[in-house]
Amino acid sequence: MRTAGSALAIALLLLVPASGPQAQGTAPATTPATPLTLISTQGRRPVPTTLVNGQEFIALDDVAALFLVTVREDVQAGGITITYKGRTAVVSPDQPMASVGGRVVTLPAAAVRSGRRWLVPVTFLPRALALIYDSRIELRPASRLLLLGNIRVPRVTTRIDMSGPPTRATIEISPATPVTIAVEADRMVLRLDADAIDLAPPAANGGLIAQFRLGDPPAGLTILLSPRSGTARAIPTTADNVTRVTIDVPAAGQTDATPPAALPGPAAAAPTAGTSALSGARRSAIQTIVLDPGHGGEEAGARGPNGALEKVVTLEVAQRLKMLIETRLGMRVILTRDDDRAVTLDTRSAMANNSKADLFLSLHMNAGIAASTSGAEVYFLRLDKEGEEARRIATAEQVVLPVRGGGSRAIEAIRWDLAQASHVSSSGVFAGLIDAELRKQVPMGIRPLQQAPLRVLAGVNMPAVLVEMGYLTNGEQEQLAQSADFQASVAQSLCDAVATFRTSLDQPPPQ
Amino acid sequence: MTRRRYIQAGLGLLLLCACAFLVGRGLDRLFRPTAVSEPPPAATLPPAGVPHITATLFYGTEDGEAITGVRREVPLAGDIVAQGKQILTAQMDAAPPPYVSVVPSGTEVRAFYTTSKGDAFVDLSRTVTDAHGGGSHAELLTVYAIVNAVTTNLPSIQRVQILIDGKQADTLAGHVDLRRPLDRNNAFVRSAPIEP
Repeated sequence: MRTAGSALAIALLLLVPASGPQAQGTAPATTPATPLTLISTQGRRPVPTTLVNGQEFIALDDVAALFLVTVREDVQAGGITITYKGRTAVVSPDQPMASVGGRVVTLPAAAVRSGRRWLVPVTFLPRALALIYDSRIELRPASRLLLLGNIRVPRVTTRIDMSGPPTRATIEISPATPVTIAVEADRMVLRLDADAIDLAPPAANGGLIAQFRLGDPPAGLTILLSPRSGTARAIPTTADNVTRVTIDVPAAGQTDATPPAALPGPAAAAPTAGTSALSGARRSAIQTIVLDPGHGGEEAGARGPNGALEKVVTLEVAQRLKMLIETRLGMRVILTRDDDRAVTLDTRSAMANNSKADLFLSLHMNAGIAASTSGAEVYFLRLDKEGEEARRIATAEQVVLPVRGGGSRAIEAIRWDLAQASHVSSSGVFAGLIDAELRKQVPMGIRPLQQAPLRVLAGVNMPAVLVEMGYLTNGEQEQLAQSADFQASVAQSLCDAVATFRTSLDQPPPQ
Repeated sequence: MTRRRYIQAGLGLLLLCACAFLVGRGLDRLFRPTAVSEPPPAATLPPAGVPHITATLFYGTEDGEAITGVRREVPLAGDIVAQGKQILTAQMDAAPPPYVSVVPSGTEVRAFYTTSKGDAFVDLSRTVTDAHGGGSHAELLTVYAIVNAVTTNLPSIQRVQILIDGKQADTLAGHVDLRRPLDRNNAFVRSAPIEP
């Protein structure tokens, strides 16, 4: 017995240092990091963290105080046990991982001892502690936020689309969040229906926007305007679970913030000073709309299982919509084709650009790879890197020319085949309005509002949207698409959306 | 030290080693990573004796609403151009059940080129347009199945341009702009985006 006891004692004496080398070793060099901000239903509080060899750590005693967990060092096992309501997570000073209920979670570094405290990588919180905790734990390293529980902290990014004047900017809020907008003399204030804002580093300020900054808590965002600015306006829209707020800031004395940009190149006539919407103070921003019935002639488009042709349905709806817009809204309407003939995609874009239209709407019927797919979808242009670069260059190389009667007009030198690049934000707003109106009248697809690199939109130098009214490959929708009721409903919805878009541009912004 | 003391010390040392071994095994087991719980890939059997890679190819989901990545065995090739052609040739094959092919049956890969800027050119036979059923949705699925198959499996390729019969094409069926290389797009991919 005495022999066994002696041996066990020796074993323990030798095992203890072997299992905890960090505990006996030299303390690592630590430096304080910028504290995290913990946001929970209880409010905000700073959470101190420490840098060890470039890795960010949090002290386990701070974790115990913040999350009401029990921390116990298990000398024999060489680990530290964190317990919450009977559930445990074990971290090791030897290996960069934690064991949570038999599941192994990797960490960027092993636990380290600093003086009398144990430190664990901050990612221990979302990766390991979250697995035993009864509330959501989310770490957002870029914004130094630690979110606890079911709170709403949308990510907000800002972007200057056009320095102008007029200056156009877009604020994207993800996930989609209700927002109220107030315009004051020198600023615009957005109040999000959220618990806080995760604001990405603001865009470089440009034009008549002096600064984006966090506003009043809990979720305010302030856009400071230049003293040279006129009255700004903002249009919010929601698509793909993202709320976009498009902001237009005219120069003081400038009456219209959305001039149709000129299009150098073969698809458009040379711009003439004084002919844009800017030149007439009382003139509506939307005077002319181009309706584009998809396909035609030999190119029939999609076919239904019972023989319905896309080119026929699109022309019928376009003719109904033309009549509705002309009689109800008094706008000039141009059809890219009014009979069954083939029209190239470039010709369709050129017709819109050469007629100096203000809005472009392409009508289509969809086709799917499964007969069950159904519902209307609304598309506006997706820009890849090349398109984004074209937009950046157009904005950077904008030329301002005087116009007859005073004032000025900005001319953008943009590639003719990517003319839509400088209108994507407005197109997104228009697409959002169409989605909202269509869903009142017709069944929508599972992704009703989308961005895609659609050829017919790319060269159009004005807000442009393509509507797929339904799936012709779906037997029920094929029948529906040929009915007068369906076509009238679609035409009515689209007319309402055009009217709303025009009103949003024409009405004076809230004071 | 008596002989008995030596025996006691020896036994103690043995016990110490045994304890250390057992504790080490226990800790090792405690922290040993468990298998990642991924769904089993729908992989084809490799041809006997042919070296192969596992590539992610893209097919329509059963409900036709999206495309999804499916792991398939593709013959190993000697360089990126040959590997790209092997991947695309496999992509053109019929989809394994329950998935749906989004590229028209009979479409052939005529050629595959890459540039030093990370662009790739996929030259397809005219069947891809002649046999396409049209519609923005179906056309987007076709285009991004091809673009994503290349960019997902060949990490050095960032953009893909589709050519038809060796020439630049406007669209496949009147909708998606093919005049320039396209970035990978996971908007039409169901399930988590697949990273290379």
